[in-house]
Amino acid sequence: MKKNIILAGVGGQGILSIAAVIDLAALHSGLEIRQAEVHGMSQRGGAVESHLRIADREIHSDLIARGTADLVISVEPLEALRQSPWLAPSGRLVTAMEPVVNMEGYPRIEAVRRSLLETGAPILIDAQQLAEECGSRRASNMVVLGAAAPFIGIPPERLEAGISELFERKGADIAEMNTRAFRKGLEASQQQAASPEGPPTNAMT
Amino acid sequence: MERQLLLGAEAAALGAIDAGISGVYAYPGTPSTEITEFIQHSPAARNRGVRAAWSTNEKTAYEEALGMSYAGKRVLVCMKHVGLNVAADAFINSALTGVGGGLVLAVADDPSMHSSQNEQDSRVYGKFAMIPVIEPSNQQELYDGVRHAFQLSESLSLPVMVRLTTRLAHSRAGVVPKEPEPERTLPAADALPSAERFVLMPVNARRQYARLIGLQRDIEQLAECSWLNRMVEGTASTGVLAFGIAYNYVMEVREAFDMDFPVLKTGQYPLPLGAAQQLFNQCDSVLVAEEGYPVIEELLRGFFGNGQVLGRLDGTLARTGELNTDIIARALGLEPAPAAPVPEIVVPRPPELCRGCGHRDLYLALNTVMAGHPHDHVFSDIGCYTLGALAPFSAIHTCVDMGASVTMAIGAAEAGLRPAVAVIGDSTFTHSGMTGLLDAVNRRSSVTIIITDNDTTAMTGGQNSAATGSRLEAICLGLGVDPLHLRTIVPLKPRLQENIAVISEEIAYEGVSVILARRECVERAAKRNRNT
Ligand code: SF4
Repeated sequence: MKKNIILAGVGGQGILSIAAVIDLAALHSGLEIRQAEVHGMSQRGGAVESHLRIADREIHSDLIARGTADLVISVEPLEALRQSPWLAPSGRLVTAMEPVVNMEGYPRIEAVRRSLLETGAPILIDAQQLAEECGSRRASNMVVLGAAAPFIGIPPERLEAGISELFERKGADIAEMNTRAFRKGLEASQQQAASPEGPPTNAMT
Repeated sequence: MERQLLLGAEAAALGAIDAGISGVYAYPGTPSTEITEFIQHSPAARNRGVRAAWSTNEKTAYEEALGMSYAGKRVLVCMKHVGLNVAADAFINSALTGVGGGLVLAVADDPSMHSSQNEQDSRVYGKFAMIPVIEPSNQQELYDGVRHAFQLSESLSLPVMVRLTTRLAHSRAGVVPKEPEPERTLPAADALPSAERFVLMPVNARRQYARLIGLQRDIEQLAECSWLNRMVEGTASTGVLAFGIAYNYVMEVREAFDMDFPVLKTGQYPLPLGAAQQLFNQCDSVLVAEEGYPVIEELLRGFFGNGQVLGRLDGTLARTGELNTDIIARALGLEPAPAAPVPEIVVPRPPELCRGCGHRDLYLALNTVMAGHPHDHVFSDIGCYTLGALAPFSAIHTCVDMGASVTMAIGAAEAGLRPAVAVIGDSTFTHSGMTGLLDAVNRRSSVTIIITDNDTTAMTGGQNSAATGSRLEAICLGLGVDPLHLRTIVPLKPRLQENIAVISEEIAYEGVSVILARRECVERAAKRNRNT
């Protein structure tokens, strides 16, 4: 087993929490882990990405080569596209669809969606909306993680345990809310994957 | 012991704690910051009373570390590559004095300039100082390597450099720690280093320099048999000499393409000559894979070239930027997996000042004032406010090194440029701006220095600043700034007109004026609220 995962988003959106949950789950599964983070300048609302590799054998490189990622997990649609060159031909892309518009020239969201649909069986999630249903928009990153869960190669229960471990110091209710968000994302993802039409194309227009 | 998931920077920190350090001295700088932060938050370090506070700059940090080492204790000093320029005076001289307790300098380079002004290679400094340098290739090696560096430092009585690069410092992997060592005890008075070593007046310095030269053989020998260097056997006619983290990319290529080329992995400098000789004898050509400058490649190629050597100098590898698997694969004539291009509609998303950041309101006021002057260029420094160079503000026009805003404004003012305005943060001002301000006062320069006091070192994540608030005022007054031209503004929207007026008045004054633009960083405020 070996998974190359790219995490993408905008500085401050919580992609490092997604990474931390996968890391914990992988650690407790006895897997090797390499996870390259972004710190410093680029975090101030700029584009950020993290390379995460897990395997049941030695991992050499901290960075994933272009065209070899099994999975791109993004919390922002344009950032998902920015990372699409990393996807392997058989790779999957999972992204939240709420745009973060903090610069000039953000393309029309419909064009972004069309482009995303060309990346091969993407899972497109209205993550903030689902997170809000669970209690807070801040948990939208866990919705996205849930949506990506079927493709990570670690059982969802392990990931849930990782969420509890990561959030428990912030209180049991916060941990529970994030777990609910995770399950919501997982459910939405399974529905989408099972639906013959694939991702809905009318939302967010 | 149990496997822990650590950033490279954290693995280095844990290695130092377990080596029994009594202190860490540092100035924050990406990608080195997390080393010191980890020690500050470590219960083990806290229980032992390990000193772990931020120094005013890298030079003071290095000298403080040297003092602790003089007193017989083990000590770590950390900085980023450009910080070593600031500490260089102390660093080079410490190779002559030697050390007492082990002194390890962890320095983090930033190839590709993810968060830096240049991509200088600290190994050059290590060679310049003629001390051993180690460059581990992964987090476990980093943990073990730092402990190894302390032993090396004490056995040679020299400082030892541990070089990290961005990916190693900021990548997480499993690390298994080993049994920790106890802290050193304070030596008896007669066991402290002698004045003949530490008083670097010419008669002593010459002797100490001869000692350093004399040690070079030993240092080479130690590198030759270091566990950080080893040979990966192979049969292909092109071999690879791989340093530090480059080794990982090379091994990734070896696995992904199912190749059988020999690799000499090197993690301790100087170069293990015997092993390198063997690789060169065995292979028709050797790719030198090192992150940063072509330091070793240049050495091997020599003045008249050596056709056997491939690397950054002959264009086999790009001259700049960090390495990765694809780059190494191409250098070896392999074709990496095809990858689609980034879709055309994807536009860049540069970093920006946080919403609600006081710097925004300062730049709004400053831009309005400067628009009324034919010369509207502003000298800036390094911190969050450097982001004012980008749209929509485009408010600043220089950013060279810590402190250069003040001194460049002085030079420009003396050239006749008016107004000559500098923007510098509270932490950067104490780091290197104070001495420049003293120059301005002594020379009665016509400059306006805006100190953006946000109560923290924000860019690196909110470390304590050496002086903010009323202490900043006291420093400026103490340096001789006229109290009438030491003004304070609060950069807030409703105060825009007021702030425009203050800046205009001080710019009109032919002399040194300082404006303290004081408002807490919103990120810091949020963190403070979370913690209370
Ligand atoms: S971190 Fe603080 S100083 Fe930096 S941009 Fe944000 S609010 Fe401004």
